[in-house]
Amino acid sequence: MKRKTKKESFKTALRKDLKKNSFAYLLLVPVLLWYIVFCYAPMWGVLLAFKDYKPLLGFAESQWVGLRHFKDFLSGPFFGRTVRNTFMLNIWGLAFGFTSPILLALLLNEVKAMRYKKIVQTITYMPHFISLVVICGMIHIFTQSGGILTQLVEWITGTEHASLLGYANMFRPIYTFSGIWQNIGWDSIIYLSAMSSIDPGLYEAAEIDGAGRFRKMWHVTLPQISPTIIILFIFAVGGLMASGHEKIILLYNSLTYETADVIASYVYRRGLQEASYSFATAVGLISSAVNFLLLWFTNRVSKKYSEISIF
Amino acid sequence: MDKKKNRIGRWTPANVIFNIVNYGILTFLTLICLYPMLHVLFASVSNPTDLIAHRGLLLKPLGFTMSGYKLVFKDDSLLVGFKNTFLYVGLGTAVNMLFTIMGAYALSRRELLLKKAVMVIITITMFFGGGLIPWFLVMKQVGLYNNVWAMVLPTALNTWNMIILRTGFQSFPYDLEEAAVIDGASQSKILMNVILPLSKPVLAVIFLYYLVGNWNSWFNAMVLLKDRARYPLQLLLKEILVMNDVSMSSVGSAGGVSVNSVQGATAYRELVKYCVTVIVTLPILCVYPFLQKYFVKGVFVGSIKG
Repeated sequence: MKRKTKKESFKTALRKDLKKNSFAYLLLVPVLLWYIVFCYAPMWGVLLAFKDYKPLLGFAESQWVGLRHFKDFLSGPFFGRTVRNTFMLNIWGLAFGFTSPILLALLLNEVKAMRYKKIVQTITYMPHFISLVVICGMIHIFTQSGGILTQLVEWITGTEHASLLGYANMFRPIYTFSGIWQNIGWDSIIYLSAMSSIDPGLYEAAEIDGAGRFRKMWHVTLPQISPTIIILFIFAVGGLMASGHEKIILLYNSLTYETADVIASYVYRRGLQEASYSFATAVGLISSAVNFLLLWFTNRVSKKYSEISIF
Repeated sequence: MDKKKNRIGRWTPANVIFNIVNYGILTFLTLICLYPMLHVLFASVSNPTDLIAHRGLLLKPLGFTMSGYKLVFKDDSLLVGFKNTFLYVGLGTAVNMLFTIMGAYALSRRELLLKKAVMVIITITMFFGGGLIPWFLVMKQVGLYNNVWAMVLPTALNTWNMIILRTGFQSFPYDLEEAAVIDGASQSKILMNVILPLSKPVLAVIFLYYLVGNWNSWFNAMVLLKDRARYPLQLLLKEILVMNDVSMSSVGSAGGVSVNSVQGATAYRELVKYCVTVIVTLPILCVYPFLQKYFVKGVFVGSIKG
């Protein structure tokens, strides 16, 4: 390693560096430009939240209104509903969507017939590659009146149902379990890879202590992959308020707003469909601020108790 | 090898029960994963009127007809959608690869003075963003609205993929490059003739990620495109499947297929939904098993860094 022995001024060092690595810097320019236009310009555009943006006046001419949009949202009826829905959908996601790939990985890890394992993996990975539009299209087909899932619900409850996507109390299960269907296989990959690096000696030791298959799974495999679980959990909690709008938009309708309308879909509706740009920007800003706080908080808690953290 | 054998366990009753339960659950899960896809496939070639009347699981096609597919391929707007999708996916993936290679190459240089600063600039964007509305207004401002580039440039780069590729670029010995430098090769030659050929596996991984992502993308199209003639397939599909808007000109007038009642037309509308689903999904699902190892590799490379 070359250390800076002489106190070269930064400027001359930079000039030398630019000359020596001119090709690398040349390639870096378009990339940095991309980040400026597509990531940093929108960040600066967040100032819209404090203005009353009128497209005809433009950004500079539009009036500053301070915190008006924030106050409007926080005191309005949609604040409670969208926050509650975002939170609930994510709690469902953590409870079922986060745990199911771990369970699948635990089960798959016990399979010794490699052919069979391979087949299960190939099939369960498949839905991950189907587009969201098609997934939601399939959900629409299966849950319309007379659809296969509607029939199942009718068979269980014994009463006739119209399209299931019209019932507010059905939205969370449909959203969550279709997500599991799509991602359970794919999300299990990371746990399987963590399991493959567990020291076999641990299993032997457990066996000598008289542990059966289930207890080995529970007392050896699971604790051994817990660092992976914790890291992914931090990310999951960090994204708690950031549930994507794409799938919601494809599945919700005015009948299910009560349970389905989340912050992101509300931003989309107010901002892009009703063109209340400033108001929607303010709502979006609140949600990303909360998100970051959550990520930071979970990370701190984890750092304190398990010494695992992402930053 | 003996260690492995130990873990399989002996034929004790507890072991046998464990295996039965384990294989039972896994087989059940796999069937649940598989069934919806098979259902759509079978339905797409079924007789449409039988299909509407059918109750319960669909374990085989009801009759056999290709008329749904014929209708789809006769529909002009869907054909235009295909054309658009091919354009956006082709151009988009090419631009993706270009930008990602450029960024990953620059960031993989060990001695770059500004590398730390650039990494900070990039990492910040992984945690903070302006949100949907400011992003949309910027897109309009810079002219990325209702044209081809609106489908290409906003998604030109994925930070995650760039980091994966950078890790790949850094994974082979520096000596190789130094040898090339001594031979008098320029940096661009080193990139083209040494680094890229050696990184084929990682390049394949991110190429596939971009390809699938572009093929499946629809939201940007919905937000940034105005003219229906520019819509990609996924957006048309959204109208057909989600908005239940099968306004295909050929259904009803039915080119070559006789649909002579309102009920018949409804049945064909349903059939067409299944057919478009299959057409859009099948290409990816057919090649995927052969490329599985590349996709899976991407998860691992990404997780090292993550």
